[in-house]
Amino acid sequence: MQIKTITENTKLVQVIGLFIVFFALYVLIEPSADNILWRIPEISFGEGSFSFWAVPAIINDSIDYMMFEWMPVQIYDSEIEDYDTSTLLKEVTRGFSGFIEFLINLIRELILGGVKTIVAFTSWDFISDNEWANWPALPWTVVLAGAFIIGYALGGKGLAFFAGISTAYTAIFGQWEPAMETLSFVLIAAPLSFIFGLVLGILAYKNRTIEILLNPLLNVAQTMPHFSYLVPIVVLFGIGDQAGAIATIIFATPPMVRLTLLGLKKISPEIVEAGMMSGCTNRQLLFKVLIPSARRDILIGVNQVIMQCLAMAVIASFIGAKGLGFNLLVALNQLRIGQALELGISIVLIAVVLDKLSLAWANKQVDYFADLTFWQKHRYGLMFLVSLVVGSFFAYIGTLIFNDINYLYLIPHSKGITTAPVWQAGIDWVVENWYHSLQTFNHFMIKDILIPMKEAYLGMPVVATFTLMMGIGYIIGGIRSALVVGGFLLFISLTEWWDRALITAYMTTFGVIISTIIGATVGILCAQNAKASRFILIVCDTFQTFPSFIYLIPVIMLFGVTDTSVLLAVIVYATIPATRYTVEGLRNVPVALQEAGSMSGVNRWQRLTKIEIPLAFPHIMLGVNQTVMFSLVMVIFGAFIGTDDLGQLILKALSDEKGIGNGLILGFCVAFIGLAVDHLISKWSHDRKQALGIN
Amino acid sequence: MKFLSRKLFVTLLGAFFLSASHLALAKDSKEPIVIPTHNWSSQIVMAYVIGGIFESMGNRVDYKSADSQAVYESVRTGDITLSHEVWQSAFGKSFYNAMEKGGLIDVGNHEALTLEDLGVPKHVIDANLCPGLPDWEALKQQKCVDAFKTADSGNKGRILEGPQTWHGDLIPNRIKALGLADKYVVKFAGSADALWAELASAKKDGRGILMFNWTPNFTDADGFSFIKFPPYYDGCRIADGGDEACGSPDGWLKKAAYYKMPRKWPAAYTTFSKLSFNTTQIGQMAALVDIDKMSHKDAAKKWLADNKKVWQPWTKK
Repeated sequence: MQIKTITENTKLVQVIGLFIVFFALYVLIEPSADNILWRIPEISFGEGSFSFWAVPAIINDSIDYMMFEWMPVQIYDSEIEDYDTSTLLKEVTRGFSGFIEFLINLIRELILGGVKTIVAFTSWDFISDNEWANWPALPWTVVLAGAFIIGYALGGKGLAFFAGISTAYTAIFGQWEPAMETLSFVLIAAPLSFIFGLVLGILAYKNRTIEILLNPLLNVAQTMPHFSYLVPIVVLFGIGDQAGAIATIIFATPPMVRLTLLGLKKISPEIVEAGMMSGCTNRQLLFKVLIPSARRDILIGVNQVIMQCLAMAVIASFIGAKGLGFNLLVALNQLRIGQALELGISIVLIAVVLDKLSLAWANKQVDYFADLTFWQKHRYGLMFLVSLVVGSFFAYIGTLIFNDINYLYLIPHSKGITTAPVWQAGIDWVVENWYHSLQTFNHFMIKDILIPMKEAYLGMPVVATFTLMMGIGYIIGGIRSALVVGGFLLFISLTEWWDRALITAYMTTFGVIISTIIGATVGILCAQNAKASRFILIVCDTFQTFPSFIYLIPVIMLFGVTDTSVLLAVIVYATIPATRYTVEGLRNVPVALQEAGSMSGVNRWQRLTKIEIPLAFPHIMLGVNQTVMFSLVMVIFGAFIGTDDLGQLILKALSDEKGIGNGLILGFCVAFIGLAVDHLISKWSHDRKQALGIN
Repeated sequence: MKFLSRKLFVTLLGAFFLSASHLALAKDSKEPIVIPTHNWSSQIVMAYVIGGIFESMGNRVDYKSADSQAVYESVRTGDITLSHEVWQSAFGKSFYNAMEKGGLIDVGNHEALTLEDLGVPKHVIDANLCPGLPDWEALKQQKCVDAFKTADSGNKGRILEGPQTWHGDLIPNRIKALGLADKYVVKFAGSADALWAELASAKKDGRGILMFNWTPNFTDADGFSFIKFPPYYDGCRIADGGDEACGSPDGWLKKAAYYKMPRKWPAAYTTFSKLSFNTTQIGQMAALVDIDKMSHKDAAKKWLADNKKVWQPWTKK
């Protein structure tokens, strides 16, 4: 006890000391371009032969070399009857993307019809010569029946109606084609992310080295802004749904890996031993013991994969993914917020339906001993067949009734009913009536909080930043953490974008502080009640998949192209993980422990602060960690509103001559900010867990 | 001997006719021509219009959504066959970068000339928020500075510029060269959407806004006045040794294609190279969507049906 107080006091003294040194450096160091303590200038070796600022150009040239010159192969192009030089790498990556494209088209054309799948087995000439070789679309009524039947088979009436109504919504509101395009894209990207995530998670669980290697990679994949690798993806994998799917997989896999690993680690050794004693083989142990025991976290992982995939629907359309995301961008460019909102609701509905279906599927128990009749075994298939016949019949009737558009076959885009004018009027009303009252707030935010905070960050001498961050690292995790954090900072400080990184840091800090406060408060309040918890988790799902681009526009209308707008968007988005993880953490505290507490005579407040919050702490910290990542993502997105941080330069890199290199290095700068924070939080939470005896 | 030479002659003759017939039959590939769609109306309608023209010639067409800056890399590598709206000041850099790397060809200009510069919407002129506009000298008055102030512009007026991607520091440099730097700050918006959102908000509120815009654009319909800066002359740009104290020149609107397009789809390429739209036509296409609220595909169908005289000659020899 005595020793503990002293070490705690030492920490306090260390923190105070660190801040004194930091402020001394802050005040004393002269801001001037020549002062190396103020900003690290361009460092070059030899007579300008190598400089750190030239790294982006070098990376750019190497990627160009890898893609366009390394190991050339001659490819015969039968269309122009000539040989064409390609490279091995390009052929390999194109082969892979071709495979993914084939899968997406297969599902898409099963629903919407088309010729590309047939072309994959024949040729464009064959299609042109044979008019009949055209796969017909399923009438939307049949897909609706299919959704209803799947819902019923997996989760009963409630789910059936939910799936059916959602499908009807997309059809009736005239979003059938884009919605099905998005669905086909997600039905490939999500399972692939799930499989990759599960496999990597299991590997990391079995092998500590893989875990250590994987963690930073996952962090980079999650924090690296999408725009920094869009051009390389387009170069490697072409443009289209396959490229969008690959970008989506990169983004959606990390949470799956993390949650798989978390779930597996939580399994108590007794369970594993029980499995071994029963004579499980390795494979049985994995599939019959470990994965079922970690089910809860793995299912959260599935939920996250689905949410992330649909959250990428808009970004993926930048590199050619068809569907709701693209239509949404077009609607926003015309400031048709009502229309964009309806499209956004479709995206959310797809996400929620898929999530519920996959959850119901995972929860379904197989009855091995049932003696079923033919009808019982095949009733769902037969029901679908019946609806296929009936639906097709009605679609045929439709060709006789309607002369222009067959509403019983496919309802074309923007030919359905719409509520857009109502939403539009609502937004207009808000802008007209609230603009002036919000300006006082906007002025206050910008003049009294944001500008001073930004200037404070920009006024930090580089030495002071290093001292502060490495000092915090040292206090939390000793010399090793100090060096890790220092390493990340060093990378950023050697580029020419240190000032930009400071601006990113300022916005992220602000976003994280506010989001964590709101998220934790809301989370703790809602966790007290089962219904409220379920409700808030649905709100979280909705906002995570609801495309953030939609609220960027009204926010700009109210707050202009300013940092206030960017930060509001950041807070809306980054509050999600803070809330979600708090609720989940608190709700997962074993009932037995809560009851044990109640029996020992703790009141509600004591139970919350002494039992529930400490036990939920590791999970809540995971949430804070995610809040940092989400904030970073959204701050970079803020570039679409107009910022002057790293994000703006990443957007600019899309058209730069050395764009690939610039984009990647800028992306790494952003990722390294995230990694530095991640390292500190993980280390701290790990140590706290040990101190609290929960591990 | 005689027999042999005769046979040779026939073979040669046959070969000649064969190859001649082959030439005459050099048809377009059945593979789809991939046309990019970006996120603004005139571009999407024009994509469907061009696609419709190609389809009328018996070609297959596929549309792919793409980022308007990253698209040139895809044209260069052949994933996308062409690009039909290359704006000089917004995409000129990306276009020439891709061309330098190889694989992208210039297919000539549209008839339309573009103007991309700073300006104010109609209500600013009507309400006389800054008397003397559109002459740039008016901007020097304190009244104008006040009219364009915003929360984050300090005590200066704010100029809302497009993303820095579009033309770097051109506007800040011009403001400096014209001696307006102590009265105005330049704020870079992140996207065209951000520009339109601020414009719509300013219009609803009736407040002043000085922003970057271009024509032909959907804003033409509501009235938008471009500021009359000192006229552009060759050598005015800093890159050309000037001081930047001038307005924007009329810009071009180009067409680009993948280098294999002429060989793979010779007929479609010929049509594409002849194809040229003027400002009115581009305006019509955008208006069908932005004002008549048609869908992009329907707008393209209607335009093609109404303007057969314009486009059909391009498909003929």
